[in-house]
Amino acid sequence: MRAFDYVSPTSTRQAANLLSSTWGNTEILAGGTDLLALMKEDVVTPKRLVNIKEIADLRGVKSDSSGLRIGSLTTLAEVAEDAGVREKYPAFAEAVREAASPQIRNMATVGGNLCQRPRCWYFRNGLGLLPKDESGKELVEEGDNRYHAILGNDGPARFVSPSTIVPVLIAYGAKVRLEGPKGKRELPLEKFYVIPKTDRDREHDLLPNEIVTEVVIPAANGWKVAHYEIRQKAAFDWPLAVAAVALKMDGSSVQAARVVLGHVAPTPWPSPQAEAALKGQPANEDSAKKAADAALANAKPLSQNAYKVQLARVAVKRAILKAAGGAA
Amino acid sequence: MPDYQWPDPAHRTLIGKRTPRVDSPEKVSGQARYTYDVKRPGMLYGKMVRSPYAHCKIVSIDTSAAEKMPGVKAIEIVQKPGATIPWAGDEVVGVAAIDEATAEDAARAIQVKYQKLPHLVSDAEPPAGAAENQGPLSLDDLGDMLQNQVPERQIVALIQEYGISFKPTEEDIKEAKDEGVPDSVIEAARNATVHPEAANKTKSNYIKAATQSQGDVDKAFAEADAASEGFYGAPVIVHCCMEAHGSTSEWTDPDHLFVHMSTQNVSGIAGQMAEPLKLPAANIRVHQDHVGGGFGSKFSPDRWGIVTAQLSKKADGKPVRMMLERDSELEVAGARPSAYARVKVGAKKDGTLVAWQSHSWGTGGPGGGGMPPIPYCFSIPNQHKEHTAIRNNIGPARAWRAPNHPQACVLTMSALDDLAAKLNMDPYEFFLKNLELTRLSKIYRDEFPIAAEMMGWKEKWHPRGQNISGNIARGVGLSLHTWGGRGHASDCDLSIHPDGSVDIKMGTQDIGTGTRTCIAVVAADALGLQATDIKLYIGDTLYPPSGGSGGSTTPGGVSSSTRRAVVDARDALFAKVAPALNVQPDDLEARDGSVRVKSDPSRSLSWKEACSKIGATPITSHGHNDQAAAKNKPDLTNSGVGGVQMAEVAVDTETGIVKVTKMVAVQDCGLVIDPKMAESSVLGALVMGISYSLFEEKIMDPTTGRMLNADMEFYRLAGLNDIPELKVHMMTGPGYDERGVIGLGEPPVISSGAAISNAVANAIGVRVGVIPLTPAKVLAALNQTQKAGA
Repeated sequence: MRAFDYVSPTSTRQAANLLSSTWGNTEILAGGTDLLALMKEDVVTPKRLVNIKEIADLRGVKSDSSGLRIGSLTTLAEVAEDAGVREKYPAFAEAVREAASPQIRNMATVGGNLCQRPRCWYFRNGLGLLPKDESGKELVEEGDNRYHAILGNDGPARFVSPSTIVPVLIAYGAKVRLEGPKGKRELPLEKFYVIPKTDRDREHDLLPNEIVTEVVIPAANGWKVAHYEIRQKAAFDWPLAVAAVALKMDGSSVQAARVVLGHVAPTPWPSPQAEAALKGQPANEDSAKKAADAALANAKPLSQNAYKVQLARVAVKRAILKAAGGAA
Repeated sequence: MPDYQWPDPAHRTLIGKRTPRVDSPEKVSGQARYTYDVKRPGMLYGKMVRSPYAHCKIVSIDTSAAEKMPGVKAIEIVQKPGATIPWAGDEVVGVAAIDEATAEDAARAIQVKYQKLPHLVSDAEPPAGAAENQGPLSLDDLGDMLQNQVPERQIVALIQEYGISFKPTEEDIKEAKDEGVPDSVIEAARNATVHPEAANKTKSNYIKAATQSQGDVDKAFAEADAASEGFYGAPVIVHCCMEAHGSTSEWTDPDHLFVHMSTQNVSGIAGQMAEPLKLPAANIRVHQDHVGGGFGSKFSPDRWGIVTAQLSKKADGKPVRMMLERDSELEVAGARPSAYARVKVGAKKDGTLVAWQSHSWGTGGPGGGGMPPIPYCFSIPNQHKEHTAIRNNIGPARAWRAPNHPQACVLTMSALDDLAAKLNMDPYEFFLKNLELTRLSKIYRDEFPIAAEMMGWKEKWHPRGQNISGNIARGVGLSLHTWGGRGHASDCDLSIHPDGSVDIKMGTQDIGTGTRTCIAVVAADALGLQATDIKLYIGDTLYPPSGGSGGSTTPGGVSSSTRRAVVDARDALFAKVAPALNVQPDDLEARDGSVRVKSDPSRSLSWKEACSKIGATPITSHGHNDQAAAKNKPDLTNSGVGGVQMAEVAVDTETGIVKVTKMVAVQDCGLVIDPKMAESSVLGALVMGISYSLFEEKIMDPTTGRMLNADMEFYRLAGLNDIPELKVHMMTGPGYDERGVIGLGEPPVISSGAAISNAVANAIGVRVGVIPLTPAKVLAALNQTQKAGA
């Protein structure tokens, strides 16, 4: 790890002012579970770390008319144990409990989870987020891409969006609140993720001096939501596919659906195709299969990840059936 | 003649009883000190500049900027300009500084220019016709073979057959001798035909390493009632020691070096450091209390260990510590060679095996590597085998727990299981039918029914693919294995003090296998004491040498040397005590903390009272176990163990995810010193076995030639939740105990891969030929059958 300056502002405004307006100079330190590893591996080399843990406003779970507000510094362990989250957003609580390990959940924050960098092994080995060799050869396409994207992978980005809790947050209709030098803004969570096209782009709609302050989840009235993860190991493993599904039922048929896939594309991947396939249908094995097929109809596997198409399909199907069978 | 023989059951007090690990308290309380924990006064931190390229030449090295950095105390060039680098992560320059951050900064400031060379990191099937005959051997070839532990006999045979491409100078020969190259190899090189014209020839990456035939394979297949053909394999995996490799070296004066090293080979390190440091081995002290895993990868000081001593020398003898980073640990500190084979195997209707044919290949890195011992365990009468060694740039191979056996086991037992399925036979019956082809048929015959009972084999086995409920397919599989395990050379110093305390000094190491407990049990058993009464001093070259802990040689070695030492000391004590009890020494026994008259136990002295008769100076004794069985009279160790394993799995047929739901291991290791430790060894092996069967693989990037998963998120190791019910049964009693002590480290890890692979085939009805059994491979196998069925 290289030497850096360390500052601990006590307000979001101060923090924003301490952050550089260009990427690469400064980094925000919250739980540090991702950032410190990136710094140790020399993948990011900030000159200044802005520790935001002293900003009290960013902590805790609150509830008001806009729904549940989760401060970005709230740890995953705190979210998983929060009675309100467990009662009203059980699928979210479940996704959080399945993330990483107890030790990491004790440190990692919700804001950090949203902003964590991809696990692409080329990126983590210092070869870049859109990795190429000297001759311009695209390393992911030519190399070992068994864990890479099957959707939205026309390039040059072929990594998968790493968060395992974002798909279910999107299914709940969550929004993210940001604060920067130009003030505050709010985005639907799915709009927070973008596919970088050049080395200058990031995978988030975030300015270098903006801070994620809150995630807001609207009341889940009438939505039945489920999260389903396919992992090779039983615990503490990056999934091979994630699906989150929210269903609003009208009697026995689906009135409206949200279907969001994870770990299949450079962003969390809402599937309007699957949503359309479910609309007006009973939520059963047959409709779930058709919706899963619709969700993956445009999948274009790379040389080594065709199996992920099947896994994503199964994740979507199982999430639909789980949502249909489960409570709100 | 002292009675060194192992006591019979009636005369054992601790041997064969369940003694808890003597070092448990210090381990669970966090007091056990590992090399990683060693902090010496004034210690400097070492870092290594490593090659980013898989194959390149060093053009230039500029250390000037680093030298000027404050806090940088020493720089040592490991490989000079002109050197060829054969794998990414290879050592180039070492640096020592006052703290880790400064050392890192300095390493970064060292400018190395490389000229990239073409690399190969694949171990895919060699293109047809690519394999070349082995030509004359170069000095590098010999070095690679020695480093990859190719058997001495094989090296000599290759030299005799192909000659060498260089004329060895007297200096070469002296250097080889210093490095411990076997005399037979040196002699063969000295007498070999020299082909200087071969020196500059570019060698193929593919070498025909073996072609072997016996019997008449074509005739045997023609006469067989059934034959099965398949493709099987096991990839390169890495050791991934929890405690990375590394050491701390310091010069206590200009002629004496003190080294803390994470090693499996305390007594063998000084000799290996002597030559490169130009220092008598006697002047090098090596110490280690505990080691966080070695698995076969920690026998040498390694270049990074030599460098700590060189850096320390340049830094006025200050201690220099260098422990590998996690990525280097996975990239360069050990890998198990891969092995793949296209196998055809034939049998008679009743299951009798008659023919085996295999085309195999694999890589052990730049050295290529040899053919695993296939067909494994079964001497099938008619065989034809060809093996191609792939030389590539993935990094060096090292012995991995039971070198070559797990791979041979997967290749063989998968093929035999597929043949059993083709014959519509229960593999249990099929393997039983062929046990006469093994060298340990009696042992396996004992073990099979025990394993079957523990697994519930009869109830659980079904023809392939016939227990699928919804998307869950269940199945069972089995495998068997063997290993040597004779005790290594070991020396033991034992003292009984007048105050009743007993200490043992031995330059062995406990690599987590319970060696301390084994020594303590053997000593305490003979003295009628508890294991915790024995004060043990191990892990230091100040103590008598004992072999490296590899090849399951430690229990046989240390138990034999301890037994000899303790029997001598006990007899000496009896001689001192006998007059006090008015008996002859032979009439005494040591039991339950006392020395007493055999025929009248009421006539006794407490252990302390008995020892008070010793006089002013302690009783000391020395026990030696010789590597050569014939030199041990009587021989207390032995070789050749058998084991059987069964696995039960549940496979999600939609996702291809395999869960092992139960594993059973029945294992023999001769006389079991401590069943609790023995079971622990087997349990650990099963965990490791599940891990390599389902998860582990060294993944190389074809373009950059670098390892992509040199971390612990994508180099997956089994976690607690991946480990099911594990059942272990150790064979003991008549037929086993009298064989003497045999090592147990390697054997129980051998069968797991094949047993789990066979269970998956039984569950889903189709073979997934290559481990690890990942969702991608399981789904691919399932899709093929669906296509075939459609």
